[in-house]
Amino acid sequence: MIRSELIQKIADENPHLTQRHVERIVHTVFEEIIEALARGDRVELRGFGAFSVKARDARIGRNPRTGESVEVEDKKIPFFKTGKALRDRLNGR
Amino acid sequence: MSEKTLTRMDLSEAVFREVGLSRNESAQLVESVLQHMSDALGTGETVKISSFGTFSIRDKNARMGRNPKTGDEVPISPRRVLTFRPSHLMKDRVAAGNKA
Repeated sequence: MIRSELIQKIADENPHLTQRHVERIVHTVFEEIIEALARGDRVELRGFGAFSVKARDARIGRNPRTGESVEVEDKKIPFFKTGKALRDRLNGR
Repeated sequence: MSEKTLTRMDLSEAVFREVGLSRNESAQLVESVLQHMSDALGTGETVKISSFGTFSIRDKNARMGRNPKTGDEVPISPRRVLTFRPSHLMKDRVAAGNKA
């Protein structure tokens, strides 16, 4: 399923809303999650999962093409942990 | 950095603010987004949200695990796990926002 299909499903269920509105709603949900993580906050959606920020240490990386060493700075990356209800559902429980 | 935890309520508040539907309807729509994503993932489908990221299902084989406390071997049955791969845009924004 891709973003436009998700929008379509929600639009079909809500005939009183315009396509524009539904696009806006879906955009807002994902945008809000990214903004929270960019501030260093977590987003916990019970049953679905939780988005958080994890730290990655600085490391010496390598340019795979040339084999040259490059310093990679420490950074923060987004992380998702699946919620229990969804994990159980994936396993038919 | 004071770390906060957002919930469904904060997401529906954002929809309420941005879109101008009632609080109640905003909450229902947020739930509906999560529900449709869960439904697709439940059938083993990949969910790809452009500029956000991709949720995909992976099948894990059975293997022998160990109870780290007792050292006992315990069988781990085959299972499905969900992985999330953030988009480049999301990674860049999260890295930029949390720069020391």
